[in-house]
Amino acid sequence: MNGPPPRRGAGRWTGWGDPRLRAVAFQALFLAAVLALAGYVLHNTLANLEARGIATGFGFLSETAGFGIIQSLIDYSETSSFGRTFLVGLLNTLLVSALGILLATLLGFLIGVGRLSGNWLIARLADAYIEIFRNIPLLLQVFFWYFAVLRALPRPRESLSLGEAVFLNLRGLYLPRPLFEPGFELVVAALGVAVVAAGLLGVWGRRRRARTGRGLPTGWIGLALLIGLPTIAFLLAGAPLGWERPALAGFNFRGGITLIPELMALLLALSIYTAAFIAEIVRAGILSVAKGQTEAAAALGLRHGQILRLVVIPQALRVIIPPLTSQYLNLLKNSSLATAIGYPDLVNVFAGTTLNQTGQAVEVIAMTMAVYLTISLAISFAMNWYNARIALTER
Amino acid sequence: MSDATARAIAPPRRRSGPLRWLRRNLFSSPLDTALTLAALYGLYLTLPPLVQWAFIDADWVGTSRADCTSGGACWVFIATRLEQFLYGFYPAAEQWRVNLGFGLLVAVLAALSWRGLRRRWLAAALLLGYPVVAYLLFYGGALGLAVVPTHQWGGLMLTLVLAIVGIVLALPLGVLLALGRRSELPLIRAACITYIEVWRGVPLITVLFMASVMLPLFFPEEVTLDKLLRAMIGIVMFQAAYMAEVVRGGLQAIPKGQYEAAEALGLGYWQRMGLIVLPQALRLVIPGIVNTFIALFKDTTLVLIIGLFDLLGIVQQAFADPDWLGYSVEGYVFAGLLYWVFCFGMSRWSQRLERRLGQGR
Repeated sequence: MNGPPPRRGAGRWTGWGDPRLRAVAFQALFLAAVLALAGYVLHNTLANLEARGIATGFGFLSETAGFGIIQSLIDYSETSSFGRTFLVGLLNTLLVSALGILLATLLGFLIGVGRLSGNWLIARLADAYIEIFRNIPLLLQVFFWYFAVLRALPRPRESLSLGEAVFLNLRGLYLPRPLFEPGFELVVAALGVAVVAAGLLGVWGRRRRARTGRGLPTGWIGLALLIGLPTIAFLLAGAPLGWERPALAGFNFRGGITLIPELMALLLALSIYTAAFIAEIVRAGILSVAKGQTEAAAALGLRHGQILRLVVIPQALRVIIPPLTSQYLNLLKNSSLATAIGYPDLVNVFAGTTLNQTGQAVEVIAMTMAVYLTISLAISFAMNWYNARIALTER
Repeated sequence: MSDATARAIAPPRRRSGPLRWLRRNLFSSPLDTALTLAALYGLYLTLPPLVQWAFIDADWVGTSRADCTSGGACWVFIATRLEQFLYGFYPAAEQWRVNLGFGLLVAVLAALSWRGLRRRWLAAALLLGYPVVAYLLFYGGALGLAVVPTHQWGGLMLTLVLAIVGIVLALPLGVLLALGRRSELPLIRAACITYIEVWRGVPLITVLFMASVMLPLFFPEEVTLDKLLRAMIGIVMFQAAYMAEVVRGGLQAIPKGQYEAAEALGLGYWQRMGLIVLPQALRLVIPGIVNTFIALFKDTTLVLIIGLFDLLGIVQQAFADPDWLGYSVEGYVFAGLLYWVFCFGMSRWSQRLERRLGQGR
């Protein structure tokens, strides 16, 4: 053939055929379009805000809120600032999410294992649970618990009670509150000592097994330490713990810890709904461990408990943990449904009441989204780090 | 060889039969037996009263709460409100338009999945033409159809409109975002990653709040956006991010050789993606798309928080009727059952698709 093929680039203008040029031009065009759109939106927003006489900036955070909140983990009153409102809402969101994650995990693991049970009835019931609760919208479930179940509870005078200590009625669930009397520090200190001792024992036991091949039931000894030491300290200090029981005073209960119905409904719905998804994840995780692994472990002479603890669970967890984390994130985001039943979470008191009172939609919504986004991204990064750590090292 | 080993051994006893099955599946150990008995007792406590309430003691026919006398479920409440639950406040005389609209959708989907339909232009015409026809039918304003403003839309009809529009518009956006996330152009990639991660990191409610209170601020004062339209914009933007992640899964599953072979053929970027990669990738992620649709279908209930009356919203609103106070359980059971049938049906369908696609490979 005649001569080398024509070369691209090399200082010659080759028109739009040059991919590098096209790439730069395309990106410049894209950037220009995004900037133009942002400028247009910004211009309109500023004009609209001015026309409606709405202030801008974050000055409103130090203004007085002027409304009450039915549940607050920190001191809050109507004279507190909007900044305080934000904090109260955030803490309430974190409270319901943390409790929800705890309950959903327990329930989800139970049902996921039940789904794989050799007992036909248990497996079918677990299956029915999963199929029923994950196919009904969460908001409907929240409404059901709040409006249909908790609203049907008796009035305070006819409360359902458990041993005159726990009461359940229309106004909420009342639990006794522990009162720590002087001397309780001793129990806490004993618990701390027990934790450290059990940890050291575990490390020493592992080293000993590696060196001599002889194991010790370090788990049981550690457990005995954890329960025994604080109990002994508790008795020595003269049982420094009292209970403040809720008691009927007038039309309502006073004292103790109160779980408001909004919190209960949201907690029930969130944990029952999320547990259905967690159960599926757990089931898939356990099934992902090849049968040969269990058999090989049995052939090595490991006992049933050891097979589970040393072979099956570590491998199943590798499959379970990433989707489990994303379910936790979903639960956190879904806790924002609180606003539909009036549980004072971040979206309700901040993106709801505060927004209505100040009208500063842009700032309020941006702050609310930023909170969820920060938590999500932080957990994603932690997840990626964990994933990289436990990833299969293939040789 | 000794006599003993040569002797014929009787065949093992047959290991089947109901008793054998019971023993193995329900009573194999003491713990198993305890579990079975506990489960049976639990069922005994819950199921008979439930059946009693929902069927035996229930009232089915009537026109007012006076007809609910048996003490069980009052399905009369649902029956008298059924029209509203399905169509919202859509005028009764125009409801045929909704029926026709959804009937046509089923027909179009059936036509598209029919193997005989090989002509591309016809498929494209159906796909592009249907939204126009549906818009005219539902909203009206042309061909002698009266305009039905969107604040009269509601019930199951609104739920379906939101879910279907959401998924149909989110899919192309999601494909673009997924391609952008895997693009070699750093600026495009950064923009797509930011978009996807931001939307996926926030709850849908905040997106809906944003759509309902912030969106009007973004446009010049003379532009007024319909409430339903604003909700749709919010849902589509939100859903596109999730769709992008589903599609990305498919793109990553296509072997590198496919990309390289397409490049070797001298195809340009859009030809490579449009003719080689996307047809394979989208086929792989059909089950994922169906699952996204199920999630979206459930999430549409959130629009009631910004004041639209979807199925759940309209059921919830019916409880406030002073003539029908105290029948919320019936309402929730009805709405829950409708949602459940749709979601469960679709999830089974998606599982079947998954198996079929898996076999084809």
